[in-house]
Amino acid sequence: MKILVCLSVVPDTTTKISFTDANTRFNKEGVQYIINPYDELALTRALEIAEANAGSTVTVIHVGQADSEAVIRKALAIGADDAIRIDAEAQDALHAASEIAAAVKDKGYDLILCGRESIDYNGGLLAGMLAEMLGMASVNVVTKLELNGNVITATRDIDGGRETVEVNLPAVVSAQKELCEPRIPNMRGIMMARTKPLQVLAASGASAGLAYASYELPASKSAVQMIPADQAETLIDILHFEKKLI
Amino acid sequence: MSVLVFAETENGIFKKSSLEAISYGKETAGRLGTNCVAAVLGSLSSDQGARAAQAGADRLVHDASNAWNTFTPEGFAGALSSIALNQECTTVILSNTYAGKSVGPRLAVRLGASMVSGVISVPETGSGFSVQKTCYSNKAIAKVEIQNPKRVLAIVPNSYEVKSLNAAGELAGFQAEEVQNFTQVKEVSKITGKIPLTEAEVVVSAGRGLKGPENWGMIEELADLLKAATACSKPVSDMDWRPHSEHVGQTGITIKPNLYIAVGISGAIQHLAGVGSSKVICVINTDPEAPFFKAADYGIVGDAFDVVPKLLKRAKEVLSEN
Repeated sequence: MKILVCLSVVPDTTTKISFTDANTRFNKEGVQYIINPYDELALTRALEIAEANAGSTVTVIHVGQADSEAVIRKALAIGADDAIRIDAEAQDALHAASEIAAAVKDKGYDLILCGRESIDYNGGLLAGMLAEMLGMASVNVVTKLELNGNVITATRDIDGGRETVEVNLPAVVSAQKELCEPRIPNMRGIMMARTKPLQVLAASGASAGLAYASYELPASKSAVQMIPADQAETLIDILHFEKKLI
Repeated sequence: MSVLVFAETENGIFKKSSLEAISYGKETAGRLGTNCVAAVLGSLSSDQGARAAQAGADRLVHDASNAWNTFTPEGFAGALSSIALNQECTTVILSNTYAGKSVGPRLAVRLGASMVSGVISVPETGSGFSVQKTCYSNKAIAKVEIQNPKRVLAIVPNSYEVKSLNAAGELAGFQAEEVQNFTQVKEVSKITGKIPLTEAEVVVSAGRGLKGPENWGMIEELADLLKAATACSKPVSDMDWRPHSEHVGQTGITIKPNLYIAVGISGAIQHLAGVGSSKVICVINTDPEAPFFKAADYGIVGDAFDVVPKLLKRAKEVLSEN
């Protein structure tokens, strides 16, 4: 089985978000970059499936520039067999999906996994776009993934609950929290990562149809109005009579 | 170059978020100098046509095939794509729901459109076409300029008010071409009958401060009185005190109600990522140092078991006066 895991590289979760250049660019100064946490779940599940299916390989793919390579090597340390970096700055999901699709379309991947969304853009679009481009099934936001022969049984989150679906391979699946516990690289993995292949491909030149023009931080709230516990009822009065929210 | 709105239904009735999407679509169509077409797949109650028109649909295109009563992303994307082509739509609006986000990307590729999800405001069309969306897990807002003349936008529920226009609208039947079906739905489990969390204007939420699942009665009672949905923090969802579908936060659901009342929740960053966009936040917590107070509009330092009954009592008095 050939498994592909799509990775994005994001600012770590504790980063204080700020913007520069008149709020047109994310301020990278002092920021630590990591593999998108949901993509790590995808990678871990891919490795578990590969281990259960002898002869399988797990390749990670990333659309990004050379400064992402240190982070991609972590995926190799966690256990991926090889990595591909498409040399382009991902403009948006459609652009990234186009680049990945162009690179992998004739490579015969059976299963493609990615995270449900990246924690920086929160798009959640890659899996569906890639699946449509490659003519495959897509199953989003998956909390449980089993493979039996050629058939995937997946449980996914839906509005108001969950559903279980079956799709045949090849398919694209996006990982949701609960899918598995992310693996941590061990010393051996870290040593071996250095020798595993990291291939750099030229971008196919897909164009992006949109641009992130500017950013703003949400308006901060004015100071909280504290209400003493023994006058708790006044909260209801404020919400009903003054704010008209209830 | 009409605007197409995918209006989701639940048992033949429009979801609140779908009516919001129709109204958003109508506003967008006005700015683009075109009209708004709503697309419905599957069963539709007979009174819903009027609802769509009042919300802003100039035309409602309805494919009533039974096939659409089972959701598959590829099936719905195929059907919506054929409606979009038939109606000559270059802008598609969907709700930023699980359904919308699984259909939208496939639909965008079919149409050659660029897609933006998490949209929170109407497009600015003065020069070009741009929308705002949330990013960095709700810590920032981005302005996205879409150069592609074809666009798919997924709008966050509760970001746009449902209109109430005096309009009749047209109803047109449609039969979408079949597309290759990849997905077999084996089992669906939904919590029905309650106000869907992502659509609720008022949410009452509780966490570990409630000490145990048996204590949720007063939360549910308060939610009923306030016509609110119930939500919870990650720890209590992980401990199965509350259903997983109530978990709001960075790894749970993101909501944007007008009023969020949090009882016994400390307000860690990950929780705020899911609820921080709420218009008004009220926090009840025994710990005066709880970080949530910094993000709140109103706060009460006190024991939930003392404060919530007081709120219930007052709510019963005040809300039944109407």
